[in-house]
Amino acid sequence: MLEIKNLHARIADGREILKGIDLVVAPGEVHAIMGPNGSGKSTLAGVLSGRPGYEVTEGTVLYRGRDLLALDPDERAREGVFLAFQYPVEIPGVNNMYFLRAALNSVRRARGEPELDAGQFLKAVRAKLKLLEIGDDLLQRAVNVGFSGGEKKRNEIFQMAMLEPKLAILDETDSGLDIDALRVVARGINKLHAPDRAMVLITHYQRLLDYIEPDRVHVLSRGRIVKSGDKMLAVELEKHGYAAFEAA
Amino acid sequence: MSTPVAAKGLDAVREVTSEGYKYGFVTEIESETAPAGLNEDIIAFISAKKREPQWLLDWRLKAYRHWLEMPEPHWAKLRIAPIDYQAATYYAAPKRQNAPKSLDEVDPELLRTYEKLGIPLSERAALAGVAVDAVFDSVSVATTFKAKLGELGIIFCSFGEAVREHGDLVRKYLGSVVPQGDNFFAALNSAVFSDGSFVYVPEGVRCPMELSTYFRINAAKTGQFERTLIVADKGSYVSYLEGCTAPQRDENQLHAAVVELVALEGAEIKYSTVQNWYPGDAEGRGGIYNFVTKRGACRGSSSKISWTQVETGSAITWKYPSCILEGDNSVGEFYSVAITNNLQQADTGTKMIHIGRNTRSTIVSKGISAGRGQNTYRGLVRIQPKAENARNYTQCDSLLIGHKCGAHTVPYIEVRNPSARVEHEATTSKIDEDQMFYCRQRGLKQEDALSLIVNGFCKEVLKELPMEFAVEAQKLLAVSLEGSVG
Ligand SMILES: Nc1ncnc2c1ncn2[C@@H]1O[C@H](COP(=O)(O)OP(=O)(O)O)[C@@H](O)[C@H]1O
Ligand SMILES: [Mg+2]
Repeated sequence: MLEIKNLHARIADGREILKGIDLVVAPGEVHAIMGPNGSGKSTLAGVLSGRPGYEVTEGTVLYRGRDLLALDPDERAREGVFLAFQYPVEIPGVNNMYFLRAALNSVRRARGEPELDAGQFLKAVRAKLKLLEIGDDLLQRAVNVGFSGGEKKRNEIFQMAMLEPKLAILDETDSGLDIDALRVVARGINKLHAPDRAMVLITHYQRLLDYIEPDRVHVLSRGRIVKSGDKMLAVELEKHGYAAFEAA
Repeated sequence: MSTPVAAKGLDAVREVTSEGYKYGFVTEIESETAPAGLNEDIIAFISAKKREPQWLLDWRLKAYRHWLEMPEPHWAKLRIAPIDYQAATYYAAPKRQNAPKSLDEVDPELLRTYEKLGIPLSERAALAGVAVDAVFDSVSVATTFKAKLGELGIIFCSFGEAVREHGDLVRKYLGSVVPQGDNFFAALNSAVFSDGSFVYVPEGVRCPMELSTYFRINAAKTGQFERTLIVADKGSYVSYLEGCTAPQRDENQLHAAVVELVALEGAEIKYSTVQNWYPGDAEGRGGIYNFVTKRGACRGSSSKISWTQVETGSAITWKYPSCILEGDNSVGEFYSVAITNNLQQADTGTKMIHIGRNTRSTIVSKGISAGRGQNTYRGLVRIQPKAENARNYTQCDSLLIGHKCGAHTVPYIEVRNPSARVEHEATTSKIDEDQMFYCRQRGLKQEDALSLIVNGFCKEVLKELPMEFAVEAQKLLAVSLEGSVG
């Protein structure tokens, strides 16, 4: 599904943030990437999804056998790459539902599926709303405008549920959630777990992993993956802190 | 509100029009053309051609004499090549010699745009200026409208017809809001106006459909010196749509229209415009200069005038739809979206003149600049000494796409009554990279993402448009911004 080799990337001021990442994610797998603030987690998510502002200086990324880095951000999305944003973006004046339908139809067109009309779309929406305990009113508001932190995160997972990506990258979807919201979001994520879908959970804390069981856990420090292991690694991390794994 | 009716109204028009051939129609007799230049003889010629009464000829001449004494205004933030008023022709039959003979000869770029905007096939030829002898018979269209409206006593006809059949009404109100000598371009229009529309809604009548300059085509023909007069009698309501979303070409580069609105006690006029005159090519060649004077008088107490405009066309737009709030408790509104792309320039805004007590006005202006476009909001809010408890709220937002364009906000606020409350908010922002990326990460193409964000930015204005117009306007924004990113 995803094959990252020796990935180096820097930001506009020239500072190298990713310093040789290697990572292989197979379909159906859930990987957790953990690391302290500033270690480059969001940068990795940004590079994979094509966010402007990063320059890849070395390395390759294969996504389902294709050169991911050669694609525009929207092409990546239509090919099934989804990023749940750490900080979902507000778009004033754009109805949340309208936005999602435009996105969904764009993705469906790319998949060669017929577009959904308003009625079909509404039906599809209803089922997922329940799953994530989202109220109808959230759909009628402008995208992320005036949403609480929890609502924003839930809306991200709701979008993911609607768009049915192949590769989902979730950037700190758990942070800022109270325990109930965390449970709801985790349930949504688990529900999307499927044999042909891979997930990369970026998280700062271990607590999301109380609800979602990862196949692999990686520790990111100063732009490098310094340790990989199974879910026990997350427990270890929680106990000893990141300091024990600091990259030189 | 009256939206479904409006949609039906327009559909009905389309039906009738596309069936025009079945009913047959009269081909207009090609009329003579006045020699180039402007003088009293030319004005007399125009007036005679239109078989106008003496009073109107006198009125035109008075305007002309005013105009002669007026300097061309240059206060707007516009770069304009000198206009030679004596080189222009002020009365001419539509030119047919140079017109394309079929759609095959029309610029394919233009045709693609029509397609994107969803303009019905049947209308494309006329809009593109194809020399089909009689593409549509707008007279028959008007007739269907008129039968319905006639039952309610509503008058809706061409200006020329109004002069002939409702001379007293026209004479009473013409120039009562925009006097002949009001400004350079209004004076020019008053001297040489070609045609336009006239509306009268009788006391207590709510006009059941949106009145439009009947039709895209019709607007294209009367464009250059259009004159519109709308009178809403006591307690009446009318919603009027002007213009069309299709890019309209016109061989006359200079346009100077005048629109006058009069709302008597308790009456409400809603006036919506989509202006999409040819903006010129990407290098700025050949676009229309659009100098418009639009003004409404809330003459009666508790009357209301609401202007909504979406300005995407023209090389130069100079336009300030205004409200004179004479009646106590009267309300003025101005909602505007102005887009400038490539080398387009727009200097637009409004004037709210508060004269009566408890008068209220709202101004919402959204300026979008892309390419090398320049967009200026210019607005005046004046509270006269007797306007006790007047209120104004102004919100001016500018959006920049790229770094070669400009946005400017020039508010004038004159308060002569201490009880007034005037609020002004202004913002200028660049198109947000994060918003663009967020949309694209969800699968939207760059241009779709931009159009979505821009439509969101304009939401408060677009929601004021009648439904059918709003949908078209949304598409129009997208088309207008094409090529401005990436
Ligand atoms: N677009 C950017 N502009 C400036 N600095 C950035 C940008 N993206 C990341 N950085 C910097 O890169 C480093 C890693 O950031 P980030 O990837 O957000 O870490 P994490 O998500 O692990 O907290 C930080 O020092 C951050 O300030
Ligand atoms: Mg981060």
